[in-house]
Amino acid sequence: MTVLAVSNLAKRYRRGGKPFAAVDEVSFEIGPAETLALAGPSGSGKSTIAKLVLRLIEPDAGRIDFEGGDFLALSGGSLRARRARLQMVFQDPLAAFNPRATVARVLDDPLRIHAIASRAERPLRIAALLERVGLETNLATRAIHEISGGQRQRVAIARAIATRPSLIVLDEAVSALDVSVRGQILELLLDLQRQERIAYLFISHDLGVIRAIAHRVVILDAGKIAESGDARTVIANPQSAVGKALVAATPKLVRTSQEAS
Amino acid sequence: MTVLLSIRDLAVRYQRDGVEVAALKGVSLDVLAGERLAIIGESGSGKSTLALAIAGLLAKSALVDGTIEWPPGQLQPSRFFAPPSVLPDISPARGEISSSAGGFPPATPEIGESDRDGSISPLVGEMSGRTEGGAVEHRRSNVRGELPRLGRDIGFVFQDPSSSLDPVMPIGRQIAEVVHTHLHLTWRDAYAKAKTLLERVRLPDPEATLRCYPHQLSGGQKQRVAIAAAIAAGPKLLIADEATSALDTIVQAEVVTLIRGLVAEDGMTLLFISHDIALAASLADRIAVLRHGELIELGQTDQIINAPRQSYTRALLDAHLGLDAKPLLDRKGASA
Repeated sequence: MTVLAVSNLAKRYRRGGKPFAAVDEVSFEIGPAETLALAGPSGSGKSTIAKLVLRLIEPDAGRIDFEGGDFLALSGGSLRARRARLQMVFQDPLAAFNPRATVARVLDDPLRIHAIASRAERPLRIAALLERVGLETNLATRAIHEISGGQRQRVAIARAIATRPSLIVLDEAVSALDVSVRGQILELLLDLQRQERIAYLFISHDLGVIRAIAHRVVILDAGKIAESGDARTVIANPQSAVGKALVAATPKLVRTSQEAS
Repeated sequence: MTVLLSIRDLAVRYQRDGVEVAALKGVSLDVLAGERLAIIGESGSGKSTLALAIAGLLAKSALVDGTIEWPPGQLQPSRFFAPPSVLPDISPARGEISSSAGGFPPATPEIGESDRDGSISPLVGEMSGRTEGGAVEHRRSNVRGELPRLGRDIGFVFQDPSSSLDPVMPIGRQIAEVVHTHLHLTWRDAYAKAKTLLERVRLPDPEATLRCYPHQLSGGQKQRVAIAAAIAAGPKLLIADEATSALDTIVQAEVVTLIRGLVAEDGMTLLFISHDIALAASLADRIAVLRHGELIELGQTDQIINAPRQSYTRALLDAHLGLDAKPLLDRKGASA
């Protein structure tokens, strides 16, 4: 059983008058409660794939099956309804939210739009969501711009899980966070995945993070899949040129007095 | 080792929404000539404020206490060091001595001495003594000894090359301008030097790149241009403030290698500001750890990595997700 199946996906743009393939014949599947990471250098097609899966842009060719149905065939009300099951978290939540909104407002929107809770129920649901992502419930009245980056990303995750999705697309979702906060957010994502069986399409340029959280990895190069497989196996022994280059370029911390962490 | 610059009790406060925020608290630090020193810390640790303070780029409204002293003899002598109105006697003499001796002028210690009141600086001269809320408001009065000039003595590379390059000026002109301004070469020679610099930062086809505009280059190429401009006047100190953080892993590694090579070739001192302890360790001789505006630990890279004295440094090291770390997936047992 798969949550998401992408086959032969293609997206072409024109750059300097010449056509160029941002995504070229890409296929992969993600199962329930599974994390698939997309890795690759800038311009390898990672974020374009995220946008295609979210249907923020339309592919030139290929097929996307989500929860067993043809996702590209959906439109209008049926697309909006299905979108509740497919959520997203981006790198910079400040850019993703209305900066003047309060935390409560940000979390109220999906509950209202997808008719998940009545007006009277919503404050309780918002409090429950905040608790679920490890935030104090009194944060609800604060403005988005007032809270810290880590808190904001927790709010983004709370908004994503508000509609009980089966898949969340995380596009560089922990890349802008401090390392201490990053660890906590990754732990939170793992917790949510285990309890709610959510699948993640986890996009990152950081192989260290991918190795920590992803079950499988797809390494992209110039829009094509260079290699894929078990995350630790691929990162320990990359076969493709780009995989080898990514591993070689990752900063290594050589600690002689390595203590168990 | 010789001290390039000496920071003592540096405190920087900003006004934010009417509230005073301390960005740096009593930081004391010697930067050694020729060393590669990494300043690491998380958001809000004050690492960028420290870099900006050294470069003299703090916002005018910043409240600064403490000193940044450049001991005499460390900076390149220049005929145009200070306008005659400020230094009628010493300035011309300095120029002559330095050009004939080819070294550092004996007059410099006197400059350092006479600068104790901070009035030597042309920047400071007009505003000297003006205070607000009991603190000296202008930014350069805290710099003692010789005054470094940004661009000539200090090269600065920022995180985002798109915002540090002029989008409507050709690359060649932007680099040649630094050369023309600080080395007083003719425009023709300045352009020739700009081309050499583009070769040094390993941009393909330097001749064509001279005529390019920033938007025609990739992020990594733009950062190479920014580095070329930063080193154009042969600065003593190169400050790289998260200069590779916006680049992808592969390009980041290339740019770090480039910086390492240029610093070695030109005998520059490097101040490498980063949030990434592993990246800093791969480049630096010494690492300074900042937290909440305070310098909490400073040591040789090997000591910081293998025998940190502060629990915070240890926590930063443990939070690093390396390619040999135990995956979080395994830590809690479950797996899909």
